[in-house]
Amino acid sequence: MLDLVNLRKTFNPNTINQKIALDGVSLHLDDGDFVTMIGGNGAGKSTLLNAIAGVWPIDDGKVIIDGNDVTSLSEHQRAPWLGRVFQDPMRGTAATMQIIENLALAKRRGQKRGLKPGVTKPEKDEYKALLATLGLGLEDRLTSKVGVLSGGQRQALTLLMATLNKPKLLLLDEHTAALDPRTAEKVLQLSNQIITENRLMTMMVTHNMKDAIRFGNRLIMMNEGRIILDIKGEDKAKLTVRDLMDEFAKASGEELANDRALLS
Amino acid sequence: MNISSLLSALPGAIAQGLIWGVMAIGVYLTYKVLDIADLTVDGTMATGGAVCVMMMLNGANLWLALLCAVLAGMIAGLVTGLFHTAMGIPAILAGILTQLSLYSINLAIMGFKANQGINVRNYHLLVTSRNVKVLGLNNPILVMIIVTAILIGVLYWYFGREIGAALRATGSNEHMARAQGINVNRCKIIGLMISNGIVALASALYAQYQGAVDVNMGRGGIVIGLAAVIISSVIFGKIFHNFALKLLGVSLGAVIYYIVIQIVLWLGLNTNMLKLLSALVVAIFLAIPYWKGKLSKSKSSKEVRNA
Repeated sequence: MLDLVNLRKTFNPNTINQKIALDGVSLHLDDGDFVTMIGGNGAGKSTLLNAIAGVWPIDDGKVIIDGNDVTSLSEHQRAPWLGRVFQDPMRGTAATMQIIENLALAKRRGQKRGLKPGVTKPEKDEYKALLATLGLGLEDRLTSKVGVLSGGQRQALTLLMATLNKPKLLLLDEHTAALDPRTAEKVLQLSNQIITENRLMTMMVTHNMKDAIRFGNRLIMMNEGRIILDIKGEDKAKLTVRDLMDEFAKASGEELANDRALLS
Repeated sequence: MNISSLLSALPGAIAQGLIWGVMAIGVYLTYKVLDIADLTVDGTMATGGAVCVMMMLNGANLWLALLCAVLAGMIAGLVTGLFHTAMGIPAILAGILTQLSLYSINLAIMGFKANQGINVRNYHLLVTSRNVKVLGLNNPILVMIIVTAILIGVLYWYFGREIGAALRATGSNEHMARAQGINVNRCKIIGLMISNGIVALASALYAQYQGAVDVNMGRGGIVIGLAAVIISSVIFGKIFHNFALKLLGVSLGAVIYYIVIQIVLWLGLNTNMLKLLSALVVAIFLAIPYWKGKLSKSKSSKEVRNA
């Protein structure tokens, strides 16, 4: 379960660059909910994910994950509950470390890191089997440095790392936006598969309306730091891109001028 | 300029190189592993010697004195780490502040004298320049090879542990480290403490080797450490991939540095110009990867234009 209570965040307060990024966002998610999030640039989608992850303190409100109020916890302290994949493929993995070392780091998320071995022998077979499910041939490159992988391979690996420990909440922040269309589709399908197989509570930000409709059981549209649309279950299954654009125009009083959304 | 005078100076250069190699391994840990340029080491490179020599002059056992020297270095690293993480001071400035305060502290440790001697005839020292041409177990080159091997072994073990992997992740990608629940501030502090502890050990050994500690002993130390790291990555970068071998490469880098210095001095360079030479050499080697990057970029953009 996730409860967001009236989250508020203003960047650069009392300056000429003041920006109200979150303007009282409240949201309740049940276990197994897979929410897709859309909205124009600067609508607050990524900001919301960062607020949940604790990248910076919020001005007001509460973040409650699985009954634990994590509002006052820092980013690394919240990590045990969260799996995260970022837009930038460089961000989610340590380039100068081996594939197996990256996975081992993720495996120990939420645990105290002491003087036990960084990677154990039984883990090797486990990771090999896991990597084989990606179908990218990474299972034979366990000791390769992550830096030599392609963006798509790195995102797939990050996804694996984020879901290795079955996080309470998976945060996907436009994680396919930097990939070429074919790779993006592959990573999306993989995400969907992992999420549905493990019934992971997930929030996925996307710029692609079709993907937002295609995946998940709930869709949220944000604008100017607020949730302006929240569609679940049956209604979501019937949604079309046209519906979404009309809804956006109605709710925000402006046209959704997003080439990427229109063209895809 | 006869070659025998150079040859007779080589054992000394090698011994000094090995001692500074220990220091350079400390620099490697912050500069390469943690991705922090830590200038604390210029101060720590005198602190370790000051603590060790003063304790031994006051009757302490060699090993206890060495241990306390290491601890003193670790405290210096802790201070820089706190300046950086708890007070939000940029790492490079945090190091400079600690380094500056260490100048006063080092003088205080040395009883407000700029240097303190320790004579190998009256004290049991681990390394001394007097034995540099002695064939035996007390030869400083042999002792330093053993010290370096033990140090590399311990570090290789440590950085293969969970906490060591967390440190490497912190230096490689902070975002990723945080997302994996790693307390990056804690890791940086631990890394700075380990690094400065090692530098202080090198300092204590260097003071013993010279038979004296000088408050200016560490001045420009970071440049020598960086030179060793860079020489190592230029010469051994392509062949040494294992972490232990990389540390070995750094130690060899320092030895090569001291041999080159010896040759330059033999060729007649004024000793006082050495620091200028070191700085210029390091500057050029630091620039090489940048120039290479620029070159390949302009090359590839040319190719695009041709296409």
